[in-house]
Amino acid sequence: MAKYEYTEMKDTRSGFGDGLLEAGKRNKNVVALCADLTGSLKMNAFKDAFPDRFIQAGIAEANMMGVAAGLTIGGKIPFTGTFANFSTGRVYDQIRQSIAYSGKNVKIAASHAGLTLGEDGATHQILEDIGLMKMLPGMVVINPCDYEQTKAATIAIAEYDGPVYLRFGRPKWPVFTPANQKFEIGKAVTFQEGTDVTIIATGHCVWESLKAAEELEAEGLSVEVINIHTIKPLDNEAILKSAAKTGRVVTAEEHQMNGGLGDAVAQLLSRNNPTPMEFVAVDDSFGESGKPEELFEKYGLGKSSILAAVKRIMKR
Amino acid sequence: MASIQELENTASQVRRDIVRMVHAVNSGHPGGSLGCADYFTALYFEILEHSTDFKMDGKNEDLCFLSNGHISPVWYSVLARSGYFPISELKTFRKIDSRLQGHPTTHEGLPGIRIASGSLGQGMSAAVGAAMAKKMNGDNKTVYCLHGDGELQEGQIWEAAMFAAHNKVDNLICTVDYNKRQIDGDTDDVLSLGDLRAKFEAFGWDVMEMDGNNMEATINGLKAAKIKTGNGKPICILMKTEMGAGVDFMMGSHKWHGVAPNDEQLADALSQLTETAGDY
Repeated sequence: MAKYEYTEMKDTRSGFGDGLLEAGKRNKNVVALCADLTGSLKMNAFKDAFPDRFIQAGIAEANMMGVAAGLTIGGKIPFTGTFANFSTGRVYDQIRQSIAYSGKNVKIAASHAGLTLGEDGATHQILEDIGLMKMLPGMVVINPCDYEQTKAATIAIAEYDGPVYLRFGRPKWPVFTPANQKFEIGKAVTFQEGTDVTIIATGHCVWESLKAAEELEAEGLSVEVINIHTIKPLDNEAILKSAAKTGRVVTAEEHQMNGGLGDAVAQLLSRNNPTPMEFVAVDDSFGESGKPEELFEKYGLGKSSILAAVKRIMKR
Repeated sequence: MASIQELENTASQVRRDIVRMVHAVNSGHPGGSLGCADYFTALYFEILEHSTDFKMDGKNEDLCFLSNGHISPVWYSVLARSGYFPISELKTFRKIDSRLQGHPTTHEGLPGIRIASGSLGQGMSAAVGAAMAKKMNGDNKTVYCLHGDGELQEGQIWEAAMFAAHNKVDNLICTVDYNKRQIDGDTDDVLSLGDLRAKFEAFGWDVMEMDGNNMEATINGLKAAKIKTGNGKPICILMKTEMGAGVDFMMGSHKWHGVAPNDEQLADALSQLTETAGDY
């Protein structure tokens, strides 16, 4: 079981920026491309440290994806940086053909994912990106839960050979995982063991799940909290083991219910060990402008929604 | 160094391969393939500094990309006949369990292919990336990429064109198969390309023109383009070709873009193309 302890508020995108700088120090083949969002993606530190390995792509994301694919041919390890919306739906065919089908070692770094970029509204709040990317054969899909995990994931994917989608967010969010942790692609992290219900969460919803679990424990429930940072490949073993123990699973994610983590878990369980499930996710809706915490509440992603989901499943 | 006659002989055999491959599976794209037979033959048998002992990274080699991947038959024939894989493998084109997919791909590990293409407009970006990697690696070889003219209707091409000029990617020669035809008809009728020379020049490219169905002109044009590399600008060759070149009934219209000949038509086509190196 992994330990966690709240330390500070920090954005996951800064975890990416700091991880990218570290990955760049470790391997001279790491290069970075950005589509006119260097500050937003926190890529300035890499750009300043390695100006010859930073490529400004301009507002031309399709070309950026293709150039990244081409760079891999010469042995480079390119990280593309833009918002999640423009990292996926806008360039889906470029990723599909030039990166995924071609098996290119491109790391697609996608910031401002989900509702929590806030005030910019639904044009920028993609909630479909996990689904889009996990459907692509061979694509690794990662959604870390805090600054430290994002930093560690960024370093880890630079060392992995193959296409990766790394999704993170804009707002400052609680940091609770340890500094300098080892990130294992595809390996679940169990933050809390329990026997009555399993909460499986990814991204910003992990902290909300831990807070919910605290309250539930106080009410006498024994709650297991598993962090799935890698949605694909899924840690089947960890999920099946926990579901077999508790017999109840609640998933929580900042994404559409269709196509996200919940879908992946449901598919796994229905094939191997059908288990009652509840899904905390956005239910077939676009977002809107607002503060991140307001949006989390309104669209049913926060602690209160997780508590309600657990209460529902306990009655089933 | 091959003579012009030898290269023309090779191109004739390549054209035989193209019509036979497409006929055998009753699918594929003979028109553009025939039109680009001279270009690919010139490139692989005379111009490219390359090794047929294929390595993906192609370090210290010239690289060739095909953005309009549907003309895969001509590329497959030339790759096989220049030694990348057995010529006999051409008979597997578009069949189940083949490395010769309908559109080129790295997925089945066919030597000579470095990225999948077929969904149009993506090849220039990949070629630009590969050319930039060469510069980063201190590799002074050249990257070639072929495009369809209809393909230039894709917006990504112009993103890549702007980006390549901005970044002075001058180790890149992009050739446009300027046959003025596409699936639905003449490019002028479907979506006019306007003044392509002026467009590429306005984007900051060094533009030249070349007759792509005359072997001597093709060789000279490609050599002239090579001399232009290293001068701070990417190079564009507007290559005039005839869709279906070499087979009289396939020329003069767009209708053989993606249609296979029947038995009779195959015989007619083959009667016009000398077998110079043995059919596969």
